[in-house]
Amino acid sequence: MTCTLLEAERDVGAGTSKANTALLHTGFDAKPGTLEARLVRRGYELLSAYAPEVGIPLAAIGALLVAWDDEQLAAFPGIVAGARANGYDTIRELDVDELYRREPQLGPGARGALEVPDEGIVCPFTTPLAYATEAVLNGCELQRDTRVTGVQKRADGGFDVQTTRETFATRYLVNAAGLRSDELNRLVGHDDFTVTPRRGELIVFDKLSRPLLRHIVLAVPTGTTKGVLVSPTVFGNLILGPTAEDIERKDDTSSTAAGLAYLRREGERILPELLRHEVTAVYAGLRGATEHKDYQITIHAPEGYACVGGIRSTGLTASLAIGEYVRIQLEAAGLELRPKPKPVPVSMPNIGELAPRPYEQGGRVVCFCERVTLAEIEAVLRSPIPPVDLDGLRRRTRVLMGRCQGFYCGAHVTRLLQESTG
Amino acid sequence: MSRVVIIGGGPAGLACAIELRRQGVSDVVVLDRELRAGGIPRHCGHQGFGLRDLRRALSGPAYARRYVELADEAGVVVRPEAMVTGWSGEALEVTSREGRETLTASAIVLATGCRERPRAARLVPGSRPEGVFTTGLLQQLAQQKLPIGRRALIVGAEHVSFSALLTLAHAGVDVAEMVTPYRRHQSLPFAGTVAALRYRTRLSTRTEVAAIHGRARVEEVDLLELDTGQARPVACDTVVFTGDWIPDHELAVLGGIELDPGTRGPRVDAAHRTAHPGVFAAGNVVQGAEPADVAALAGKHTAAPVALWLRKGNWPAQVHVSCLAPLTWISPNGVADDSPPARRRMLLRAAAFLDRPRIEIRQNGRTLWTGTLRKIVPGRSASLPWDWTRAVDPKGGPIEVSAH
Repeated sequence: MTCTLLEAERDVGAGTSKANTALLHTGFDAKPGTLEARLVRRGYELLSAYAPEVGIPLAAIGALLVAWDDEQLAAFPGIVAGARANGYDTIRELDVDELYRREPQLGPGARGALEVPDEGIVCPFTTPLAYATEAVLNGCELQRDTRVTGVQKRADGGFDVQTTRETFATRYLVNAAGLRSDELNRLVGHDDFTVTPRRGELIVFDKLSRPLLRHIVLAVPTGTTKGVLVSPTVFGNLILGPTAEDIERKDDTSSTAAGLAYLRREGERILPELLRHEVTAVYAGLRGATEHKDYQITIHAPEGYACVGGIRSTGLTASLAIGEYVRIQLEAAGLELRPKPKPVPVSMPNIGELAPRPYEQGGRVVCFCERVTLAEIEAVLRSPIPPVDLDGLRRRTRVLMGRCQGFYCGAHVTRLLQESTG
Repeated sequence: MSRVVIIGGGPAGLACAIELRRQGVSDVVVLDRELRAGGIPRHCGHQGFGLRDLRRALSGPAYARRYVELADEAGVVVRPEAMVTGWSGEALEVTSREGRETLTASAIVLATGCRERPRAARLVPGSRPEGVFTTGLLQQLAQQKLPIGRRALIVGAEHVSFSALLTLAHAGVDVAEMVTPYRRHQSLPFAGTVAALRYRTRLSTRTEVAAIHGRARVEEVDLLELDTGQARPVACDTVVFTGDWIPDHELAVLGGIELDPGTRGPRVDAAHRTAHPGVFAAGNVVQGAEPADVAALAGKHTAAPVALWLRKGNWPAQVHVSCLAPLTWISPNGVADDSPPARRRMLLRAAAFLDRPRIEIRQNGRTLWTGTLRKIVPGRSASLPWDWTRAVDPKGGPIEVSAH
């Protein structure tokens, strides 16, 4: 059994995965009975166990869902009932005093909160890289910068997958093309959903703001979005966002003046002191929303085709469960898999603040803001899936991610990458 | 033990260390996190460094080297590649190739300098392609002969912006134009003319960057003409954000040192004492940004108060000085005794061009000083006399500086 992973972008995890809110969802607010609710719950368990094994920064720091008016307060019983229906019982209501005791920097006017103690934060960069690295170390062939241009069904079963590089013949085909999953689905000959990118802009605040907040502060969700949240990140920043805007183009990850102004107004209301801090970064990601309310995972057994589309912002949490689900379904459809007797384990460099960082053992610190050592950069340049550009190096080490955005080390890091990639 | 640890081996830190040795302090250590000490001038290829302090004109790298030599000759221990990664206000945690160690000191001088606000901190919307730099990064790319781009837009029109123009021109990069939201540039009178004639670069005043576009690389920038509201695209593959300095104050915050809301650097008195006994701050960490020689003179000025602290252990309380808009900051921003500040003047900044502003300094309803300055240009310091500080009532509450 051989496996090839095709990636259209220059790097894995460089699309929607790298630009989300980086939350670890319990799924307390998922629609009960959906596949999404089931897979998020299972994915939470799997990722929470996998992360410490391989070195993915992850922490269940807890969330507070804050109501700011009567209407939002009135939504609490429904949210609690939904959580219970999803098998999530530890959700509980906090009164206003308790809320401000927990989060004294919160803006005035909060009416109450629901505490969701198991909600967490996770590294959105290391997670897909860890999966890809484990796959490659165990024999998967990774082809980056390889975009699928056409799919033909073979007479003997299976597919010829034409790409911008070469044509790959395969017995089974899994479509995990994210924002483009509907397009690939059509290339295979199915047309059961359309992805409309929903853009979310986020602002990353300076690490010096981190002491302002202990929990993830969530908004009461509305029909289209979970609302603007403020959350710590595994890197020790606070993020504010996202906006939610349906757009046309699947590559338009631009932030906008209106979006940033909206976020700053919301931030001023939720956590006023946050706005006194410097902004370190601004980014926008596209969630792969479809016309359906659930993940679009369909196994076409006779063809040997699995479509894994419509994975929304919960996908980072659900990822391992989605993989497991698709494997089980494909096995039921006839795929024969024999577990490797001795799988090669993967160990990712820790880039989070939740565990000791390499610089704490000493070393030449190259990136001062994020405290990245020369040894870390050199190790990543030699890793099984080395970065091909500065953004890739940033996601693997945190260089250039900090408050100076390269003022101090940008040239040094550029030179190190250039010497490595030639 | 009377060790002095200076954090930051730029002009301010090194000049302070050299002067401390001259004043007989035996144990002076300068920690610098870069590969080599010398600070920002190491990357500034242009001439004109050292006029005020060394009485000669040097290139930036020559000036930086000169300070490192002077420090060596003076018996200062300069430790490059040593970064202070932790500080609770007492012992310093230092990270280097040797590992991690704890350093204690009788006096600490913060000389960590300042940096330019990058694009994200200015909330400039758009996509996030490569090719967006600060002047600091641009100068290092040019110095290391790394690729920059073909056609650049410069954001800002102050001294450092024209320095970016020179760097780009020497690196063979076309400069599409320079933009500033102000009505005129903020540099020397002939700078705009030189840019236009020598470098054929247009200066667009009352113009802002509205958005940056491009996927892997910058492709286009949307400009907004502030007076007409007209949008205008400019094709370029490089954008350089210049100026808009902010003190590198992370360590000061970690150490619990009070910052001035105007400068966002540690609040200091004329002797560069912070609010924390034994901790001084000198150079551009106090306020961003003065020229290197001004920073060096500030460092040198700090040495005598440090030596005095080591001998006497006296730490006077400060009265805070703050500014009202359109003034942005004054430096020093604390008054503790009647000693003169560095270069016997106080520095004052504004967010707008002010012609013949009347400046008033008041404490508790009492006018300490009033006078008219010739002009204030945003991004440049105007000099204020300092002798009014002798009339400050130590118990009279905060002091306010206003412009009329």
